[in-house]
Amino acid sequence: MTVDPSMTQISAPAPADVHVSLRKVVRTFVLPSGLPLHALGPIDLDIGRGEFFAVVGPSGCGKSTLIDVLSGLSPPTGGDVLFEGKPVHGVPDGVGVVFQEDASFPWLNVRDNVAFGLRRAGVDGAEVKRRVDYAVGFVGLNDFSAAYPAQLSGGMRQRVCIARTLVLQPRLILLDEPFGALDQQTRLLMGDELLRLWRETSATVLLITHALDEAAMLSDCIGVMSSRPGRFIDFVRTGWARDRDNRVVSTPHFGEITARLWDKLRTESMKIMGVQSPSSPGPR
Amino acid sequence: MTSAGWIRTAVVVAFVGVVELLCRTGLIPNTVLIPPSEMARELVSILEGGEMTGDIAATFRNAVLATVIAVAIGFAVGIVIQAMPALRRSVEPLLASYYSVPTFIFYPVFIVLFGVGDRAIIAIAVLLAVVAMITATLNGIDRIPPVLKKTARIYRMSRVRTALLVELPAAAPYLFTGVKLSVAYAFIGVIASEFILSGSGLGYEIAYAYNNFENRKMYALMLLVLLSVALINSVLDVIDNRLQSRLRR
Amino acid sequence: MRQHLATLLVFAALIAAWQLLYLIAGDVALASPVATVRRMVEMLQTRSFWDNARETGYAFLCALALALAGGIGLGVALGLRRLAAVVAEPILITLYSIPKVTLYPLVLLTFGLGISAKVAFGVMHGLIPIAIFAMNAIRQMKPVYLRSSRVLRLTSLQTATSIVLPAILPELLSGVRIGFSLTLLGVLIGEMFASRHGLGFLITNAMGLGDMATIMAVALFLTAFALVANGMFSSLNRMTHR
Repeated sequence: MTVDPSMTQISAPAPADVHVSLRKVVRTFVLPSGLPLHALGPIDLDIGRGEFFAVVGPSGCGKSTLIDVLSGLSPPTGGDVLFEGKPVHGVPDGVGVVFQEDASFPWLNVRDNVAFGLRRAGVDGAEVKRRVDYAVGFVGLNDFSAAYPAQLSGGMRQRVCIARTLVLQPRLILLDEPFGALDQQTRLLMGDELLRLWRETSATVLLITHALDEAAMLSDCIGVMSSRPGRFIDFVRTGWARDRDNRVVSTPHFGEITARLWDKLRTESMKIMGVQSPSSPGPR
Repeated sequence: MTSAGWIRTAVVVAFVGVVELLCRTGLIPNTVLIPPSEMARELVSILEGGEMTGDIAATFRNAVLATVIAVAIGFAVGIVIQAMPALRRSVEPLLASYYSVPTFIFYPVFIVLFGVGDRAIIAIAVLLAVVAMITATLNGIDRIPPVLKKTARIYRMSRVRTALLVELPAAAPYLFTGVKLSVAYAFIGVIASEFILSGSGLGYEIAYAYNNFENRKMYALMLLVLLSVALINSVLDVIDNRLQSRLRR
Repeated sequence: MRQHLATLLVFAALIAAWQLLYLIAGDVALASPVATVRRMVEMLQTRSFWDNARETGYAFLCALALALAGGIGLGVALGLRRLAAVVAEPILITLYSIPKVTLYPLVLLTFGLGISAKVAFGVMHGLIPIAIFAMNAIRQMKPVYLRSSRVLRLTSLQTATSIVLPAILPELLSGVRIGFSLTLLGVLIGEMFASRHGLGFLITNAMGLGDMATIMAVALFLTAFALVANGMFSSLNRMTHR
């Protein structure tokens, strides 16, 4: 097995004000058979405060594991995770996660779903109402605030989950393929919503997605992950302005970004599919 | 055996060990329970003696027959009910309340119809088991993904072929749950009937031993029932797992 | 409209079948529908019937409370730990498949005759199904709910009461519904063996006297009770349905 020289560890751009930091993070699982599964790492990554960072990679490369480790849901097997300069043990205050699956509670209506975290944290009634009103309005579900998730479409349910996260005013928002179950048109609209959310909250955002155009359109910087065990094999800076929207897709620069992403990813994805990568890149 | 299987075995062995200890030290008096080792010893001697073989064979034979009949009738009735939604809505509350009523009070009916003996016992057991099979059949047919039936129609398959080649395999895991329950209920029905109202079979022998204060014999036979049920369930579980793994998407 | 017609037809068919069976089998095996209803109406007006019903009711409520507490507690505890659930489920199912009739001597020897034996029988019949349903209800729960609870940094108690409980409620209710019927059956059977009071005793007594009308009247009463209870559970089911 020959080692592809382009797979050497590439260090991420070093931002001035580091918000989240991963140092040599490794995550290994033990399979039921007793054998270890090296799922992720080693990962070295610094994300600046207020940055919109996307992660793309082939299926099964460990992207979701990255979210688990960053959020404190599971500890890394090796290495350090730092949030706001402090090591992460359990879920720190100020972190919000939007999951891939629909996490809206079917037994509560939209308002109660959004208010859920606030009420459990003991925030007083008037403040809860204020924040919930704002969040529900922000995601455009005012007309549905008394509806139950079962009456809503997939996109609307994800908006409920986003509102539920937003209402807690997180400083770091992690999204694990949040639009995976939605159709293309809805995805594009939700992408714009996400940008609005990012600008409004000034939070640091990490978005996991398998859609290259989504990553290219939304983020400041994109990390390209290899196949399992996932490591970063490239970082692509987009250079978009902060007040961007989905019209960036019609610029030539957008095409360059997605081309570069796919160039790196194609080999990795073909490995997953069991296809031998051609020795020379480019169309056949 | 899987690691879960080992742990399970360990748990059971530990439990039996504790009971043995409690009985031997007298914390559980002998009039209530005899040590498991004594039960086993007595059971072995009973089986070797051979005087119970007729009863044991009768019980198992009746249980098997009852299962087969209950599964067949339950499946057929289930299909019919499923096909007629109005009928189903009327019948469903009755099915749900069915197990509240001690059905073996109908034993005299069956004695008149079938005479005293095995047939009446089988009838009661079938009565007990059939509703479980009906419910499982309804559930199983409900859960066949509609897309599979549409596929059959695209292939222009006849009704019978669709039922046999598409619907039956798709519903099989749930139907098998019904079979498992039917086996359990048939067994319970046969033994309970023998216990209360009969002159032969395992259930009767246990009742006889109880009434005559023959604790050793009684517990030995109870142990036999327990072991038989455990064995049958393990076999059914193995088949169930095979079915589930092949059919689960 | 069509629905009510269907229900009416089903009832009519059942009663017709009953009458037919009566004509074939005769007084020694069955009572006719008319005789049964007449006997039931008589019975409901006697003091002794209601005394017995109260006995059974009291024992049933005790048994149900214990079966619910034990079953839900056991089921939830097992359901939360995947390995425990996998290990325990076959054991529970096997225990449940044992014809409980064969354990009655053991119960009678332990509890003696009287109300504790009845309650014990009831619990024996109801606890395990409730536990199995509760266990599966937990296992069916979407894992993303628990992950959400951790991200929201809820305490264990908050997670249990505000997420786990509402999430498993429909499935749990199904188990309780079944446990309800089975516990009642257990108490009745216990009364038939081990008591001189209660509806089960009425049945055994009538069996001894060959009084088919009474047996069937009590059975009819029990069926009616079960149908009413089932109706309440259905409404409950619809209310929690989302």
